[in-house]
Amino acid sequence: MDISILVNLTYIAASILFIVGLKMLGSPDTARQGNLLSASGMLLAVVITLLDQNIIDYRFIAGALLAGGIVGYFAATKVQMTSMPEMVAIFNGFGGIASLLVGSAEYVVSPLNNPALMGAIYLTVLIGGLTFTGSLIAYGKLSEVISGKPFLYKGQQFVNGLLLLTILLVGVNMIFVQGMISPNETLILLISLAFILGILFVIPIGGADMPVVIALLNSFSGLAACAAGFVITNNVLIVAGALVGASGLILTNIMCKAMNRSLANVLFSGFGAVSDSDTERSEEQGEVSPISAQDAYLILEAASSVLIVPGYGMAVAQAQHAVRELGELLEANGAEVKYAIHPVAGRMPGHMNVLLAEANVSYDVLVEPEDVNPIMETVDVCMVIGANDVVNPDAKENEGSPIYGMPIIEVDNSKTVFVLKRSMASGFAGIQNPLFFKSNTRMLFGDAKETVSTLVSEFKG
Amino acid sequence: MESQIILLIFILVLSIFLGVELITKVPSTLHTPLMSGANAISGITLVGAILSSGSSEIVTIILGTSAVFFASINVVGGYLVTNRMLGMFKKK
Repeated sequence: MDISILVNLTYIAASILFIVGLKMLGSPDTARQGNLLSASGMLLAVVITLLDQNIIDYRFIAGALLAGGIVGYFAATKVQMTSMPEMVAIFNGFGGIASLLVGSAEYVVSPLNNPALMGAIYLTVLIGGLTFTGSLIAYGKLSEVISGKPFLYKGQQFVNGLLLLTILLVGVNMIFVQGMISPNETLILLISLAFILGILFVIPIGGADMPVVIALLNSFSGLAACAAGFVITNNVLIVAGALVGASGLILTNIMCKAMNRSLANVLFSGFGAVSDSDTERSEEQGEVSPISAQDAYLILEAASSVLIVPGYGMAVAQAQHAVRELGELLEANGAEVKYAIHPVAGRMPGHMNVLLAEANVSYDVLVEPEDVNPIMETVDVCMVIGANDVVNPDAKENEGSPIYGMPIIEVDNSKTVFVLKRSMASGFAGIQNPLFFKSNTRMLFGDAKETVSTLVSEFKG
Repeated sequence: MESQIILLIFILVLSIFLGVELITKVPSTLHTPLMSGANAISGITLVGAILSSGSSEIVTIILGTSAVFFASINVVGGYLVTNRMLGMFKKK
């Protein structure tokens, strides 16, 4: 049998494994096997590719596979769950640069060719390059190496416009004219422009919007692989790349909806750059009512339903294990305990769920805002732990607020709200929160972990 | 050549629709593993990278080998960390 038929049949098998694997991610029960199926599809695709007769020397491939595998292994086993967004961000970047290199390698071999191939290489290098540097900036912002503040400057739109125009002209030269500048110069110019585009694309976006950016870059890394599939006319790259591209776009869309903002608004508005005029309103909002952990315990002890609303602050304080213990004690005390997770809680889609899963919170007690908001009046106590903007009533009540219209967890409708907070500073998005001044809100000041631990020891007391 | 391109575009379009169908069914609780898993899948560019680095041209080998390195970080790291995360999701 012709080897290329075997290779292509194997690629089809790999595609099927990717598809079934993703399908099995539809339920937490089957998700892990789904991931294994997907991984075996990848293994199959890689092994059959290694059988390619055109491969002259295996030493470099083996070395690079081994080195990359080791780096990947350590990254995956050592990473803290709180740092998952950074890891996904940088991995998106690696995917992008790999596609860029594949596209470049093809271009170096045959720089003057039919427009379809040139167009595919152009897109691969462009998307791959901007994914790479964009992901590095996103990584920097998430790990706070770079300031999370949106970076805006005068003439930004002009510079971006000029950049896009140049990229377009290089494309025209590369695809249609072929020869205005030499192939090597064209390639170097295109890569540089793609890198600059990636930086300028992410740097104006604030840290609070990074979940959207990572989801989008995730999609781009898939699209880059997809474009590379057109370059080497390989079906499995196109199928897999398109699946990832679609996945990233859907997540991006979910994130935008959860914030009631358009993608254009997230990408171009520099959200949170100027602290809004609400700051002076804070004085008219009255005083907050603090409560001690001991008094909070008495209320919790009498509660028959408790809703825990975790935010990224809970993870920062490493309070999730204490929170899970408190939840179990409350359940033992006869209360119904649920965790309400807002789609933008945490720093990437689903981040909070992973952090709670790590702390052994069963996934069936995690609920979404639309499940819990209609029955909020029946909830005795809402415990807001390290969350801020996702419970801000301004999103419903104050048309002037920058987050107006964002779907929130309406904890202010419950009987009592405990807000665990270090101080009165505003949230990640820098917006005041009138929830703290509501008559049914009690502030539990202090480190979230200590506060929850005190509550736990009161229960055990 | 043209007919081949059309066929590839055909595959692309169908895959995108399939992707949308599949991903909308993933519950929000699994969105982080979905992203890291999808990330690993995007490392499929490794296939292209292997073919490039097996070439006889020195520049292509250098570019291809670097691509193999980055893509294999993506593949190995992506699948392992997804597996690690999914292992944490338990039901009482």
